Parts: sequence; C-alpha cells; structure tokens
Amino acid sequence: MASHCNLRRSVIQLYKELQFMGREYPAGADYFNKKCKAAFLKNKDEKDPEKIEMLINRGRFVQKEIEALYSLRKYRAMKQRYYDKDEMDKQSKKIENFIKQL
Amino acid sequence: MSGLRVLVGCKRVIDYAVKIRVRPDSLGVVTDGVKHSMNPFDENAIEEAVRMKQKKIVKEIVVASCGPSQSQETIRTALAMGADRGIHVEVPAGTDADLQPLAVAKIFSKLVEKEKPDLVILGKQAIDDDANQTTQLLAGMLDWPQGTMASVVNAADGRLTITREIDGGLEDISVSLPAVISADLRLNEPRYATLPNIMKAKKKKIEKMTPENLGVDITPRLKILNVVDPPVRQAGEKVPDVSTLMEKLKEKGHL
Repeated sequence: MASHCNLRRSVIQLYKELQFMGREYPAGADYFNKKCKAAFLKNKDEKDPEKIEMLINRGRFVQKEIEALYSLRKYRAMKQRYYDKDEMDKQSKKIENFIKQL
Repeated sequence: MSGLRVLVGCKRVIDYAVKIRVRPDSLGVVTDGVKHSMNPFDENAIEEAVRMKQKKIVKEIVVASCGPSQSQETIRTALAMGADRGIHVEVPAGTDADLQPLAVAKIFSKLVEKEKPDLVILGKQAIDDDANQTTQLLAGMLDWPQGTMASVVNAADGRLTITREIDGGLEDISVSLPAVISADLRLNEPRYATLPNIMKAKKKKIEKMTPENLGVDITPRLKILNVVDPPVRQAGEKVPDVSTLMEKLKEKGHL
C-alpha cells in the first residue's frame, strides 16, 4: 500500500513539474499542457506498479528532453544574435587566406 | 584555495524569445504585459559560481539584482539554480528602464563594501540595453583586476586563470583575487531551475535595500533621444529563368 501511495505522489509530482515546464514551450503553453494531460489520461487506468514505474521514468526522460530543448534554443538565439556575424567574418577570412596561399 | 565568497549580479530583462516592440513615443520599448526572465549571460555567471561551489572553491554565493519588485522572481530563479541568498536593490517601477550601468556599478561597489566578497561575477552584457559596461566600471571603482568575457575560469594558488573571448581568438590571463569577472556565452551551460528547486528556494533569504539606503544617486546621466526599429529586410524578386538570373547577378556585380 505504501508503494502505491508513493507512486501516486510521484505521478502527481511529475504532472505538476511538466505543467510548469510547459509554460515556456515554443508552441505555447496551451498546446503542450493539453498534450501532456492527454498523455496522462491515456494511462489513467494503469494498475500494474511496474508499468506505472516505467511510465514515470518515461516522463522523467521527456523532462530531460524539454530541458535540453530550452537550453539549446536559448543558446542558438544568443549565438545568432551576438556571434554569427563574427563567425562568418572569421570563415570568410580563412577562405581569403586560403585563396592567397594558392 | 577554498572558502571564497562570491557576489553574482543578475538582471531582469525582456525574455529573449519575445518580439520587441518600440513604444509609440519612440523613447523606449514596450515592457507592460511582456514576459520577462533572467538575462541569459547572467545565467552563465550564476552557473559558474554554482560549479565553483560544487568544486569546493566557493563557500557562499550571494546573488544581487537591481530593479523593480518583480526582480525578486529573477533572484528566486538564481536561488533555485544554487545561490545561497539574495539581495534585492529595489528601484521604483517606471524608473528602472533609466537605471544605467554607472548607477548599477555604483550600487554594486557599495554591496561589495558591505558583503566583502572575494569575487564578483556578472554577465558580460544584458540583452536589453547591450551596454557591456557594468563589469568594467565596477572593476575600475573597486580598483580590482577584471577578466571580461570569460569563456573558461580556473582557480589555482589564490589566482584565477581566465580565458577571454576577444576579436579573432582567445586570450589567457591570470588575475589575483579579489577580482571581477564577466561571463560569456560559452563559459558553461546554465542549468534549468526546476519546480522543486524553485519551491525550495522560497525558504532562502532575500534582503531588500534601496539605492538611497546605500547612498547611491541613480539619476540617469545619459538621455535617450530616439529608439527605432531595425530596418525591415526588403522583399526578394522571382526570376523566370537562369539567363535572367545571370544577367541580374552581373548587373549587381556579384559575378
């Protein structure tokens, strides 16, 4: 029974964390939160503790993926804004030097 | 070397993903009802401090922010990332857009007097005003060595070795402590402030101060004359076949 309570708690915790993360989702919080809710509802009748554990782990994996998505998106935006022009200049200089050597 | 105390600065700015709109009076940008978040370069600064703490180089991380009352949320995020306590220097809403690097540097130099940190880490610039001045001004006021645009920071024998990103390459410098560092984008990958950590961060203390308490005059010295949108990219043109394309390119001198 105790493990059942624990599972229930971690499912709720996972759901809350995912909903919180959804706020920043590029396609909008509504889009993400609806999908997230649907995914949880789809498995609401699951009774097998092992399977529930597996589903929670899958949720944790999704969390990691979303975190990676956000940080990559931010990094790319910053790079584009502040560095890409320099990078291009560097590249073109490299090519120029290369041509000079020929 | 261990047991350093670090002061980290963070600024609340308009979120990087938001489309910026110029105010009708063209003296600023629209901030009302716009999503704000922590300046990405400040996230790098906090992450570096937290990593130094994990390596046991740093004992305590104090995070400070100057801005309106909502800046507390930014401080809270920093606390969730791993800072120990916060200082909020409250500037009345409405005048916060006028808070210029000189005033911020003065506030920080007072905070340094109070907190006596061994190291100050700031983001290299804020993505709203892109001034890139606060670190340099602060280092000048304190007469401390500065390592700006750091992409690698290593601590050894009471000194810091900093790799700086400069035009056309990298520069390695060694500075003594106390010092001021500004974080560049490639310094590290900031961690995500998770919900449980944000909840835990609510227990950490945030001290409130005002510029008047600290004896700093924040009247702006610079006046904004005009803010305009960047030029709109001109529409392209479709050509019917290759020969016209070649002609057009020749005309413009690309061939």
